[in-house]
Amino acid sequence: MGKELRLMKGNEAFAEAVIRDGADGYFGYPITPQSEVMEYLMVEKPYEKTGMVVLQAESEVAAINMLYGGAGCGKKVLTSSSSPGMSLMHEGISYLAGSELPCIIMDAMRGGPGLGTIQPGQADYFQVTKGGGHGDYRLIVLAPASVQEMYDFVEISFDLAFKYRNPVIVLTDGAIGQMMEKVYIGEQKVRLTEEEIKEKYPWATLGKTPDRERNIITSLDLDPYRHERHNIKLQKKYKEIEKNEVRYEELNCDDADYIIVAYGTSARISQKAMDIAREKGIKVGIFRPISLWPFPKKALRQLSERVKGILAVEMSAGQMVEDIRMHSVETTPVEHYGRMGGVIPTPNEIVDIIENTFVKS
Amino acid sequence: MSDTIIKEQIFKPENIVYKKTDLMTDNVLSYCPGCGHGTAHRILMEVIDEMGLQSKTIGIAPVGCSVLAYEFMNVDMQQAAHGRAPALATAIKRLLPDKTVFSYQGDGDLAAIGTAETIHACNRGENFTVIFVNNGIYGMTGGQMAPTTLEGMKSSTSPYGRDSQTMGHPLKMTELVAQLPGTYYVTRQAVHTPAAVRKAKKAIRKAIELQQQKVGMTFVEVVSNCNSGWKMTPVDSNKWMVENMFPFYPLGDIKVDGKLVKEV
Ligand SMILES: Cc1ncc(C[n+]2csc(CCOP(=O)(O)OP(=O)(O)O)c2C)c(N)n1
Ligand code: SF4
Ligand SMILES: [Mg+2]
Repeated sequence: MGKELRLMKGNEAFAEAVIRDGADGYFGYPITPQSEVMEYLMVEKPYEKTGMVVLQAESEVAAINMLYGGAGCGKKVLTSSSSPGMSLMHEGISYLAGSELPCIIMDAMRGGPGLGTIQPGQADYFQVTKGGGHGDYRLIVLAPASVQEMYDFVEISFDLAFKYRNPVIVLTDGAIGQMMEKVYIGEQKVRLTEEEIKEKYPWATLGKTPDRERNIITSLDLDPYRHERHNIKLQKKYKEIEKNEVRYEELNCDDADYIIVAYGTSARISQKAMDIAREKGIKVGIFRPISLWPFPKKALRQLSERVKGILAVEMSAGQMVEDIRMHSVETTPVEHYGRMGGVIPTPNEIVDIIENTFVKS
Repeated sequence: MSDTIIKEQIFKPENIVYKKTDLMTDNVLSYCPGCGHGTAHRILMEVIDEMGLQSKTIGIAPVGCSVLAYEFMNVDMQQAAHGRAPALATAIKRLLPDKTVFSYQGDGDLAAIGTAETIHACNRGENFTVIFVNNGIYGMTGGQMAPTTLEGMKSSTSPYGRDSQTMGHPLKMTELVAQLPGTYYVTRQAVHTPAAVRKAKKAIRKAIELQQQKVGMTFVEVVSNCNSGWKMTPVDSNKWMVENMFPFYPLGDIKVDGKLVKEV
């Protein structure tokens, strides 16, 4: 953790982390509730400090394809958007996954469907963890629940993206993006030189030199057997990620009778609900998946064996709850509490649900 | 034996009258015999070769018949989603300003699904080169109507001829982008005769040279035939192109040194 302490909005912390981590390029299109990311970058002028490119694209479609071009050259590139913009990006995301290109896509979710609302939501869970675009691919999805995590997850995401040559989604929402908290800022990293990129990422298209064959970045293969082999290779990589990159947090789970499973803003609100419940003598704990994909299956299953009930709290009609049900023991009841359309649940509502559905019955 | 010519004798440097550039691979072209794509590939690669730019060049292949351009062009390449090549090229050139970057796109790719990316890359004055192969049809998918399909022209989705009242008018994308301040050199060429090929190659060379000076977008349209899509023999298709395509898409420079040289 860095030494410099600042009071920042989640979106600003994310943008500052991008500069500090030595990113090469940001390409984005404005959409509430994350426009501060590009605004912050434009004000900070990282192109003067580190040489980082910041470009306002003509659409999310263009932005995601700019990421493809930059990532194909081994550059650290990213974008940020919100739900309607994410929908537009999923064709490009499928191409990025197919061509195995590293990048970060931050999604500050808002309520949907359609234009929906600018208020926070968590209804893009299916879209980013189950698909969104076409084809058999997976995205690494990390869900920050604090401004500090908005900062810290940039470095982690770039590392994962390059380690596995895969897009990483930072799945957040307007509440985390807009709220202000203390955040520790790290040192400024130096951007990689072209020589360093060549060395680290020999696949990058930086110009064909006599010492190697030409590099090709493509997701196309018209030979079905060869293309199936490519798919098998991708699936192996996803298995590897599932094995190595599960992240979650447990709060007061050791003695808990009931656990709330929630991520992002819902997890923050659930903490307050947990405190209220414990004051009432109800032993509530929180299981917070940090990597939504890979989903922390094993840890949840083990925990589900010990508790009397599980409540999924999401700002959606119930999306993550499907994974929770799939990975909990059948004997433990799993309930869902969701608010939609940009409504944020209150801690008291959550406590009421726990009392009425589990404690009283 | 003395009058038998052996391979080594033919391959003597002084006997060579034409040599395929090393920047074209030995892969067999996937194009229909008679199609203009192959010639357009060759002259582009000759220019990159002659300018000694192979190690600095990054090309973008589109979705269309030239989707496999990376199989034939011996330079580093990326394959873009349908219409998005200018977005890829924009980022590459911004992140690596000293590289030579080109997109190679068909008319469906560039003037229909990729209209926004094309216009905005041109308008921002991105310093890369667009090679735009306009054959007035969607070749790859089997000859459907393109935005560039001529009025009255038959295609599989305009089987009775394009009716501009219901299907829109053919789009002159090159004239359109020439009006944007971000474009520096805009020209329309063809590759149907040796003279046209020489001219087109000169234009591509000029575009790539200007790209080194970072003066803005350089944009070369190549009006080409799609004998398969047009359902003609290669010879007939070239004749048809001269008689029908060229009057609507006249050859020649449209913008030079950042100034329009033709009324658009
Ligand atoms: C998103 C998307 N829509 C449609 C297609 C199908 N498609 C492939 S090539 C093509 C048309 C290409 O025509 P053009 O750009 O004129 O290239 P040509 O084959 O004529 O050289 C279409 C519609 C696709 N690959 N992706
Ligand atoms: S279909 Fe048309 S454009 Fe495609 S290769 Fe054949 S002739 Fe050329
Ligand atoms: Mg075409």
